Amino acid sequence: MEFLTTFVNGLSLGGIYAMIALGYTMVYGIAKMLNFAHGDIIMVGGYTILLFLFVNPIVAIIAAMVFCMILGIVVEKVAYKPLRGASPLAVLITAIGVSYLLQSLAQMIFGSAPKYIVIADLGILKIGSLSIGYNTIITLVCSILVMVALSLFVKFSKTGRAMVAVSEDKGAAQLMGINVNRIIMITFAIGSALAALASVFFLLKAPTMTPTFGSLPGIKAFTAAVIGGIGSIPGAMIGGILLGVIECFAQAVPAISPYTDAIEFSILIILLLVKPSGLLGKVRREKV
Amino acid sequence: MAEVKKIYADDGREIVLKADHLCIQFGGLKAVDNVNLEIKKGELYGLIGPNGAGKTTVFNLLTGVYKPTLGRFYLCGEDLTGKTPAEMNKKGIARTFQNIRLFNNLTVIENVMVGLANQIPCNLVQSVFRLPRHKKSEKEYYERALELLKVFNLDEYKDYLAANLPYGKQRKLEIARAMATNPKLLLLDEPAAGMNPNETQELMDVISFIRKEFDITILLIEHDMRLVGGICEKLTVLNFGTELAVGETSEVLNNPEVIKAYIGE
Amino acid sequence: MKKFTSFKNYINYSVIGLITVVCVILSLSGVLKASTAILLEEIAIKIMLAVSLSLVVGFLGELSLGHAGFMCVGAYLGGKVAAILAAPLGNGILTLVAALAVGGICAGVCGFLIGLPALRLKGDYLAITTLAFGEIVRTIFLNTSEESFGGPIGLATPRFNKEWFYVICFVMVLITLFVIQNLIRSKHGRAIKAIRDNEIAARATGINVTRYKLIGFILSAVFAGLAGVLYSYTKFNVSSQIFDYNYSIEILVIVVLGGMGNINGSIVSAVFVTFLNRELANILTGNLAVLKDIIYAVILIAIVIYRNAPALKGFREKYNIKQLFSKKKAAQESSEEAVKEEN
Repeated sequence: MEFLTTFVNGLSLGGIYAMIALGYTMVYGIAKMLNFAHGDIIMVGGYTILLFLFVNPIVAIIAAMVFCMILGIVVEKVAYKPLRGASPLAVLITAIGVSYLLQSLAQMIFGSAPKYIVIADLGILKIGSLSIGYNTIITLVCSILVMVALSLFVKFSKTGRAMVAVSEDKGAAQLMGINVNRIIMITFAIGSALAALASVFFLLKAPTMTPTFGSLPGIKAFTAAVIGGIGSIPGAMIGGILLGVIECFAQAVPAISPYTDAIEFSILIILLLVKPSGLLGKVRREKV
Repeated sequence: MAEVKKIYADDGREIVLKADHLCIQFGGLKAVDNVNLEIKKGELYGLIGPNGAGKTTVFNLLTGVYKPTLGRFYLCGEDLTGKTPAEMNKKGIARTFQNIRLFNNLTVIENVMVGLANQIPCNLVQSVFRLPRHKKSEKEYYERALELLKVFNLDEYKDYLAANLPYGKQRKLEIARAMATNPKLLLLDEPAAGMNPNETQELMDVISFIRKEFDITILLIEHDMRLVGGICEKLTVLNFGTELAVGETSEVLNNPEVIKAYIGE
Repeated sequence: MKKFTSFKNYINYSVIGLITVVCVILSLSGVLKASTAILLEEIAIKIMLAVSLSLVVGFLGELSLGHAGFMCVGAYLGGKVAAILAAPLGNGILTLVAALAVGGICAGVCGFLIGLPALRLKGDYLAITTLAFGEIVRTIFLNTSEESFGGPIGLATPRFNKEWFYVICFVMVLITLFVIQNLIRSKHGRAIKAIRDNEIAARATGINVTRYKLIGFILSAVFAGLAGVLYSYTKFNVSSQIFDYNYSIEILVIVVLGGMGNINGSIVSAVFVTFLNRELANILTGNLAVLKDIIYAVILIAIVIYRNAPALKGFREKYNIKQLFSKKKAAQESSEEAVKEEN
């Protein structure tokens, strides 16, 4: 029974990772950059919820998503857009700078001590000896819904198909009349909104928020994106869920639980070495 | 260590490059299919064909960027199939690139000095501790690089960053850098691409000059028919990865099959 | 002309040597404050970190986000050696040398291990790998037993003679500079820069890319490890919390601020940032302390955009600091423009 509980918890955590990983993978596919600040958007989402929680939890969640969308767009316009066409190293360092800036700003406004943000107390579902938090179930259901919706959006909507086109070949997409800047903006907006949503589920799981909260899930979600193959949307989902399950099982074993993060990072390194294209990614080689 | 046995043509000239049945497949696509080459010492050999015929892929096979799925090739009788790009270069195959690849943030003379690095030994310890060997080798790199730049009329730009050179001179610098590695066989990938007629003429003169001066064998890919007809002795025409025609330049250029492949029916 | 350039090659050694001598005279005459001596130690350690990171980021062109990880290895292993040997050998130079040797070598081995992925990975993937490495190292030391490396409490290390330890630190800075600078200004350095500029062309020019990437990562790690050993000597306790991702970023900020591939720039900015860190720590207390980080973040973003944005290319060429100060350079630039127009 304990096994089943751990498994369900893993699936649910994996759902959150998948949601964040989607942001990484979409931005990577379309803007060809690793948005290092993506994890910190989660943190911003969490604090936005704190600010609006006095109104109503639903309003707070919507406010967080809207604010993160705007933040994502602003960051892209101010920090990343001027560097389009510059060396990848420059873009990456800027992204690190943005991450650092968001963390510091949050620390200045909210202090470095953890804030308790209780969105709702959902209780625990008990079936026989199996006990699972309602938050876990909600997370799982919501993340599945989000993934299905996003897949449908990318596959069938005009904007979604334009996104695929831009990720395949930016130049050709532009010649076909696609407004690449607009597509990149939309990608950042969607990714950031998903990150805000992820923060809701993190808060339901454990109601604390610190300025550096986002970095660790950020890196883990990136790991998930790499496992699935960066640039691939179904890959991000599979990778996220896989990583979530691995994490929960590692934590369930007392002997290795302190090393959970180290294990996950080792998986990342080994995977990058053995199969850098991930499970579903495409191999891109530089043309000589 | 494989045995090195020099190969000679019927007329007694040494064969520098011999490629047998080179094939490479990417997924289902046969990019190069059964290409054979036989280039004699001192020859200027042209590799032509329409876009996407697999010319650059042949270069990539010969320089170790790709490994052939089938077939082997020999430089002066030595089997080099499957070696890495750096090893290929050390064995004596140097190349230039279709889209210029210089070391943009190094100066012009440093670009050439990088090419000379394997010519004059100087190990890490000698360099870090500034032993006499280091000073001597640095001086030699500099002097030999300057000599080479003079051949290419680039000596007055020696302290410029490579990125700041005009296009035509960048192409020449790339050839100079390749020459610095003291190759037996020089592969030029569309050396005249993007050049105006004056620059092309100047380039043709330089190629003829280095060929005589350094007694080198050259294989070149080119679209400019004037350049090909003007300096190449023999040609291989590729089409869809296979050989369409092989022979003396004038013969091949008048071959109806070749004209058809280039101009269409 | 020739003489001038050779003087320029040694200017940073001379300046650092001179500063050290002045400080020694000051401390012998009792003017140098203990707090200044501590600041000097910090500065020296930061210079070593910045110069060694610059080798990988500025010259090899690969982003490493795990530099603090190498320092962590050096600090823990060197510190442990010092703690063991301090009793039988005395807390003197001999122990220090042993600690430096062990710390440097172990960090170098880690550099080799990180260099291996660097052979296959590029850019973002490599950056995240180095980051993961740094975190793994930290997690491992954090979870060690109390007897081995102190675990969460940290490792107790012998504090070296306070008054003149900064002299040793500066000697180490000179050694770092000697090795890395001589490497860069040799054919090996040219090869490393060639790999940065165009890896495919470098291979085709006969450069053994594998070898040079490993050399770059190993040397960079060794000096970060040595800096870590020195760090452990300046503290009574080494805690793995210090060597987190933010510390790696701070070193990266120093390198970027000093200009990529500019060793003297890295030195100046290491001094500047360390000094500013302390001054700001005095001024900005409590919640305001974070203002420092905000300033660094904004500076980092602004500098990278200013130096790299394609749209600002014309502006950069027009207002080039070097050009304003050197007429010779300006003349050269104008002749370059003439060449461009001619073609």
